[in-house]
Amino acid sequence: MENLIALLVAAPLLGAVVLLCGGRRLDRTGHWLGTLFALGSFVVGVVLFMDMLGRDADDRAMHQHLFSWIPVGGFQADVAFQLDQLSMTFVLLITGVGSLIHIYSIGYMEHDERRRRFFGYLNLFLAAMLILVIADNYLLLYVGWEGVGLASYLLIGFWQHKPSAATAAKKAFLVNRVGDMGLSIAIMLMFTTFGTFAFGDVLAATGETSEGKLTAIGLMLLLAACGKSAQVPLQSWLGDAMEGPTPVSALIHAATMVTAGVYLITRSGAIFNGAPDAQLAVVIVGAVTLLFGAIVGCAKDDIKKALAGSTMSQIGYMILAAGLGPIGYAFAIMHLVTHGFFKAGLFLGAGSVMHGMNDEVDMRKYGGLRKYMPVTFATFGLGYLAIIGFPGLSGFWSKDKIIEAAFAYDDGIRGWIFGGVALLGAGITAFYMTRVMLMTFFGEKRWQPDAEGHEPHPHESPKSMTIPMIVLAFGSVFAGGLFSLNESFVHWLEPVTSFEHPHPVISVPAITASTVVVLLIGVAIAWFMYGKRPVPVTAPRGSVLTRAARRDLLQDDFNHVVLVRGGEHLTRSLVYVDHTLVDGVVNGTAAGVGGLSGRLRKLQNGYARSYAVSMLGGTAVLVAATLLMRAV
Amino acid sequence: MSATAVHSLWTTAAEPITKIDSPQIEYSLIAPTLIVIGAAILGILVEAFVPRVARYYVQVFLSVVALVAAFAAVVALAAGGHGTTESGIVAMGALAVDGPALFLQGTILLSGLVAIFTFAERRLDPEAHGNRVDSFAAQAASVPGSESEQAAVRAGFTTTEVFPLALFAIGGMLVFPSANDLLTLFIALEVFSLPLYLMCALARRKRLMSQEAAVKYFLLGAFSSAFLLFGIALLYGYAGTVSYAGIADVVDGTVQNVNPALAGTMGNDALLLVGAALILMGLLFKVGAVPFHMWTPDVYQGAPTPVTGFMAAATKVAAFGALLRLLYVVLPGLRWDWRPVMWGVAIATMLLGAIVAITQTDIKRLLAYSSIAHAGFILAGVIATTPDGISSVLFYLGAYSFVTIGAFAVVTLVRDAGGEATHLSKWAGLGRRSPLVAAVFAVFLLAFAGIPLTSGFAGKFAVFKAAAEGGAGALVVVGVISSAIAAFFYIRVIVLMFFSEPKPEGPTVAVPSPLTMTAIGVGVAVTLVLGVAPQYFLDLANQASVFVR
Repeated sequence: MENLIALLVAAPLLGAVVLLCGGRRLDRTGHWLGTLFALGSFVVGVVLFMDMLGRDADDRAMHQHLFSWIPVGGFQADVAFQLDQLSMTFVLLITGVGSLIHIYSIGYMEHDERRRRFFGYLNLFLAAMLILVIADNYLLLYVGWEGVGLASYLLIGFWQHKPSAATAAKKAFLVNRVGDMGLSIAIMLMFTTFGTFAFGDVLAATGETSEGKLTAIGLMLLLAACGKSAQVPLQSWLGDAMEGPTPVSALIHAATMVTAGVYLITRSGAIFNGAPDAQLAVVIVGAVTLLFGAIVGCAKDDIKKALAGSTMSQIGYMILAAGLGPIGYAFAIMHLVTHGFFKAGLFLGAGSVMHGMNDEVDMRKYGGLRKYMPVTFATFGLGYLAIIGFPGLSGFWSKDKIIEAAFAYDDGIRGWIFGGVALLGAGITAFYMTRVMLMTFFGEKRWQPDAEGHEPHPHESPKSMTIPMIVLAFGSVFAGGLFSLNESFVHWLEPVTSFEHPHPVISVPAITASTVVVLLIGVAIAWFMYGKRPVPVTAPRGSVLTRAARRDLLQDDFNHVVLVRGGEHLTRSLVYVDHTLVDGVVNGTAAGVGGLSGRLRKLQNGYARSYAVSMLGGTAVLVAATLLMRAV
Repeated sequence: MSATAVHSLWTTAAEPITKIDSPQIEYSLIAPTLIVIGAAILGILVEAFVPRVARYYVQVFLSVVALVAAFAAVVALAAGGHGTTESGIVAMGALAVDGPALFLQGTILLSGLVAIFTFAERRLDPEAHGNRVDSFAAQAASVPGSESEQAAVRAGFTTTEVFPLALFAIGGMLVFPSANDLLTLFIALEVFSLPLYLMCALARRKRLMSQEAAVKYFLLGAFSSAFLLFGIALLYGYAGTVSYAGIADVVDGTVQNVNPALAGTMGNDALLLVGAALILMGLLFKVGAVPFHMWTPDVYQGAPTPVTGFMAAATKVAAFGALLRLLYVVLPGLRWDWRPVMWGVAIATMLLGAIVAITQTDIKRLLAYSSIAHAGFILAGVIATTPDGISSVLFYLGAYSFVTIGAFAVVTLVRDAGGEATHLSKWAGLGRRSPLVAAVFAVFLLAFAGIPLTSGFAGKFAVFKAAAEGGAGALVVVGVISSAIAAFFYIRVIVLMFFSEPKPEGPTVAVPSPLTMTAIGVGVAVTLVLGVAPQYFLDLANQASVFVR
């Protein structure tokens, strides 16, 4: 059964090669082929899952060694896969949601002439993402990490004729490089500290390592996670990444790739458990991002960007939970999976709306669409209820546990702060999601003819698009409850991530009750602002906070002033130093040597007598020096 | 030494001499030298008895056959284990047959053979009165520009004596690194130096410059020989013997006061130190080390270019061989005295060679200074005083000699109305006009500069590695700095050849006969083979790195 693991990666990788190298002759069938390869990988995943369920909890990890990649003395890097419960969870999420989104894309990308290439990139993404989650060492994980970065870059910029898409792709790539540096430094630190990259060896050796080293590695891993998972301070690329086609936003920038940071931290749990300072940093990053994303989500009128803010915020929850240690890992992953369902569903719903509205993304130009798109409305609505944590639906089960765990950070003020932030985030989530829901599906229709006078004719999307949405809606509704039955999900992951019951500073029922109250308050405020009153087609000026949130809380301005300007100044100073100091020294040396050469040359005057004198003098020096050496 | 032994020595010396034993000579073991010297003597007979028309062909044939045969003899000796397990002292202690000797003799013979090819080249100079001519004067004895010279040119004379002269020089060079006593060393020095002085004066064009070079070389060479001889006398006074092993024993303190006639001086360290310094000076003169280098540029420039190539390669090999044997066999006990001095010499040689080369405008002078810098690099390996040091020097010498002969052979090809166009400005744009010749020369320059994948890199790496492991790290730093400076002027020539506009009245590249082509081809082949796959030859040098005592 172990030998099947490589097949998980091989299928989509082969798909990518076939589709990208196959040329025009595959234009008609390429999307089917791509979908088939994704489904194949999913089937392999399910088979492996069944096999895994049939074993004892402690005997579930599988291992496959493919070949020795870089065997150089003490530097051993293997291409080997490890499939344990944590990896298995990701494999099912990636291949499952991935396959659904392949199917959805068949309809969504129907009129795009570069559809074959699109599916090729999607397959490439699947392969890279699977390598990332089933690698058995950090170096191979890094390969997958870079691979998903590449796929993300290619897909954000898929509509490269739009300058905004090309710029967004470049931005995502550059910001991710910063995080990638963190990962590569972390791997180098691991090699110098442990002499290996393999998960098993590294994580087993953390007990004998000093806290300082673990903290350094942990912080570098956190930097990597911030880049890939769009956490503060490397969050700025995610909003712009919505320039990519909507299925891409759903798959890569909501359900899977952006959660790689959570995987990394959870996988490296043993390192963080030994480095409380690094854990605190993780929790702080999660808490800050959770609020940051939520606030941005409140102000956006672009439906996809509002959802992007929400993604950022939800991943903030997961990072926060992962930073809590054994009380949080399982809930981080559980929220990751439920979020994968409902956020992918929401994005697909948004895509469906855009599909029916001539690719309009401004929610102020929607309104009352529930009558025109009943299936989209129903699935989107279920996703909405799930994400705000409506009792009984998926989001409720996973998010509520994270809030509880946050309150259990410690017995003192920090538990109150982190718990409070998580609770507040839940309220804001309810507000902005209700706002999206109301502006899109309720109220009066506000759509207008476009520049060429075509009035949109909202209509329901084809079956290939609605079926994936329905499947995801089922997940949004039931997954959380299923996972929480007898704490089945927690026990499933326990052998890998270990688990401790959280002990919050206030009682669990009180937390649950206040979560529901906060949620209702959020919904109510949104209803008063957007449901009761008509929504203006042009956005009002708004408060200072609103205006800042529309500009993503000035993240780009901040980056521009601090990083871009700073970088320019630094570059200019370096160029100046290079021109004056370095070149000066180099040219000066050259001139000096040249001048010396000219002077020494004059000694060579052509007279044999001078030469003889120099020989005589040289001999005298030689003799004197030899005698002197003895004397000394 | 016991009193009875001293007594027995006294009584033996006092007894009347009744008979002299004939010396015991192992002819087969010194066959390479005998073949070359014999061929040289035959060559003189050829000059006397063979008609002028046929002399050239007979001489070239004789030289090539002799050198090939001698090389075969060297290979046979090496195959017979005389370089490793069977090595020993022969000819009544005058010569050593061991690894370094055979390796260097092989190198000298091969580079001599290649040099003979360039000597025999007769297609470069335009025909004079219907006669093909080579690089050598029609009649060396006639005054430049005189009637007799013109008559000789009209008659189509050529100096075929150059071949026996070269063979004599090679013969002396074969003895030089294998000399095992100081007198043999001195005789070998003279045997190879005197023909070289003559050959320097033989240039067909720029005769005055050539004669000036020869006179300078002769005067300064004689001067240095005098120092060397004086040093030998002092060492004899110190040790009571001229044999290398005998001197070494006295230096090490294992033998004391053997010779009562010298009881007053024996074991006097002042004699040892001064004598050793003077002998070192004589050898450093031959390798062209600072401050005994000043003859090099003038002589290299004035001598006929094929002779320059021969001198730069073979003389250096022979002289370094003798230097190695002297330092490793005679003076190892004196290591702590000579090492610091040689440090100074090596540093000065590397830096001065590289720095002064920068402002040179004549390609032959440029290569002369380059050879000075290379002498410094090789000295760094000599100073290592480890077996690796010996093998690295052997390898370097082998690699360097072929690059040098090849480079000077290319210089003979680039010509204008006045003969070889050696001024650098005339080489501008050569790469556009004659890409092949320029590319070949570029390969040689890159090898000189020590760029990887050329033999120069492998050699330089080997000597620097040996020097660093031998505790001469600072020397390596200076060596690398000098290499960087030297790279400038090598690369500058490449830039000049390939990235400058050719001048309208620039030189032409003569098409040589297969002889010069072979010389250049061998140079390129050795440069690349030793650069790409040096390991076999490094191993060879390693096996040959033990001196017999």
